[in-house]
Amino acid sequence: MSDGNGAAPPLVRLHDITKSYKRGAQIVPVLSGISFDIGAGEFLALMGPSGSGKSTLLNLIAGIDQPDSGELLVDGVNIGALSEVELADWRAGNVGFIFQFYNLMPVLTAFENVELPLLLASLSRAERRDHVEAVLELVGLQDRAEHYPNELSGGQQQRVAIARALVSDPNLIVADEPTGDLDRESAEDILKLMQTLNRELHKTIILVTHDARAAAHAHAIMHLEKGELSAREEVTGH
Amino acid sequence: MHLLKLISRNALRHKLRTSLTVLGLMVAVLAFGLLQTVVGAWYAKAEAAKANRLVTRNAISLVFSMPLSYRQKIRTVEGVKQVSLANWVGSIYKEPKNFFAQFAVDDMYFDAYPEYVMSEQQKHDYMHDRRGCIVGRRLAETYGFKVGDSLAMRGAIFPGDWNFVVRAIYDGAEKNTDSAQMFFHWDYLNETVKIRYPRRLDQVGVYIVVAADSDNSARIALDVDKLFKNSAAETLTETEKAFQLGFISMSATIVEGVRLISYLVIFIIMAVMANTIAMTVRERTSEYATLKALGFGPGFVGALIYGESLVIALAGGVLGILLTFPVGAGFASQLGKFFPVFQVSLATVQLQLVCAVVVGLAAAVLPARQAGRIKIVDGLRSIA
Repeated sequence: MSDGNGAAPPLVRLHDITKSYKRGAQIVPVLSGISFDIGAGEFLALMGPSGSGKSTLLNLIAGIDQPDSGELLVDGVNIGALSEVELADWRAGNVGFIFQFYNLMPVLTAFENVELPLLLASLSRAERRDHVEAVLELVGLQDRAEHYPNELSGGQQQRVAIARALVSDPNLIVADEPTGDLDRESAEDILKLMQTLNRELHKTIILVTHDARAAAHAHAIMHLEKGELSAREEVTGH
Repeated sequence: MHLLKLISRNALRHKLRTSLTVLGLMVAVLAFGLLQTVVGAWYAKAEAAKANRLVTRNAISLVFSMPLSYRQKIRTVEGVKQVSLANWVGSIYKEPKNFFAQFAVDDMYFDAYPEYVMSEQQKHDYMHDRRGCIVGRRLAETYGFKVGDSLAMRGAIFPGDWNFVVRAIYDGAEKNTDSAQMFFHWDYLNETVKIRYPRRLDQVGVYIVVAADSDNSARIALDVDKLFKNSAAETLTETEKAFQLGFISMSATIVEGVRLISYLVIFIIMAVMANTIAMTVRERTSEYATLKALGFGPGFVGALIYGESLVIALAGGVLGILLTFPVGAGFASQLGKFFPVFQVSLATVQLQLVCAVVVGLAAAVLPARQAGRIKIVDGLRSIA
């Protein structure tokens, strides 16, 4: 966590972010006055009960949703001011997504799924192949490249999703309940893999979870309650 | 390349659903093609008409005849190259259901209709046999007529027994030439009429007027009709095409009905297809949202949906088109009596293809728009 006094600016800076949703005629506030920084290379867990706004906050940081007010800077870019097209381009180059249900394309092989984000970059086929093979090796699935998602276990599918999140080499990786659909053993493997990415590749990771054991793999845990940041807890042993 | 891969694999994802949709499209395109061919068959005679051929008939109605003496007068009209004559006889071959067109014609008739092609020897044999007749190839194949066969007919317009000998079989020079007709000597008809019904002697059904130059056809038509103005049998002369269209106009409502039904079939399958694509898009909402989250724009998502819809529509369309030919041939053999020319035209095939493409594109419009507009966060929440 940046303290604001160091030389390096934070990777993510939120200032007075508010967000609400319309439910029929009713406006339901989800986040109110959220301000905090996330330093580059940090592994942060966002925790909170259902409906606390943790996924909404993650979506805002990942640029798949827009705040109602406030300033949201990621790597110096005010993503709240970007148009939809600009935001799509920005996401393609700066954010890696890991979802609870993996969200792989069932008609594509593991290799092709991982290759998807690279189709938006100006790379030759050979360059794409090199990148994909490298990340599949990193997640330990080089021998499963030609398998379709339904031929892989949940843990393996999540590894493919992690490879897809990594392949375009983004600074920021956002993971929304990445172990929520996995058994304990697979979940532990995934969390360890995320730790490795953070430690060895210096990826900034924001993990949304309601599982305290998962959150314990992060450097710090921030708690959200009813749309407000209630506490920040440093995790010992990191 | 990846787009095509995704489109083709997505199209085959639900094999049963895709197969049923393709089957539906195939049947619709086939039905459309056949109905269009029926409409085309209705117009075939008019399409086969030549611009330099005029038909002169009694102005009151085709039912009424004209005196034979008109032939000589019509010949005097400037620009007329040849005048031939014909009478519709409408006899029955064995049973009333064996319907085919029969005309008593003069010897000049085949000069006016060079598209009826036969060997010189057979033509010679016909010319030298008073009871000789010429049948079209299609008619010969339908009833098994061969050169030399005797043909006994029962008269309807000219009651009594009529006996002929098949002396020639003609082929159509063009695809739309009617080869399901029978011709025999007008003199044979007239001589028999003289004995049996003397009051109907020397009466002609229609004159076929051949203009030396088709540019003069309109003027010749006027001049011919002027000749017989205020006579007991005034004439109406029109181009062969107009004459044939006059027949079609009697059944215009049916023809237009058939045409309308053909488009209705396409409209129905379009609605079915749109529903299928909408269902598919609903199921894949989270996938489209994921693609958008990864940075793919609504255009890519739209291309996936349009592409899949087009692939399915074209698969059904092409199968439907391919089936139209054998099924059309089957129809032709069954309905040959009603449609002497029943051929799937290139225009029909093109129209079938256009319909398949339009169905594919139209069916994807709303689902693609819906998928393009869906917010990523909402899409990610949906689970198929």
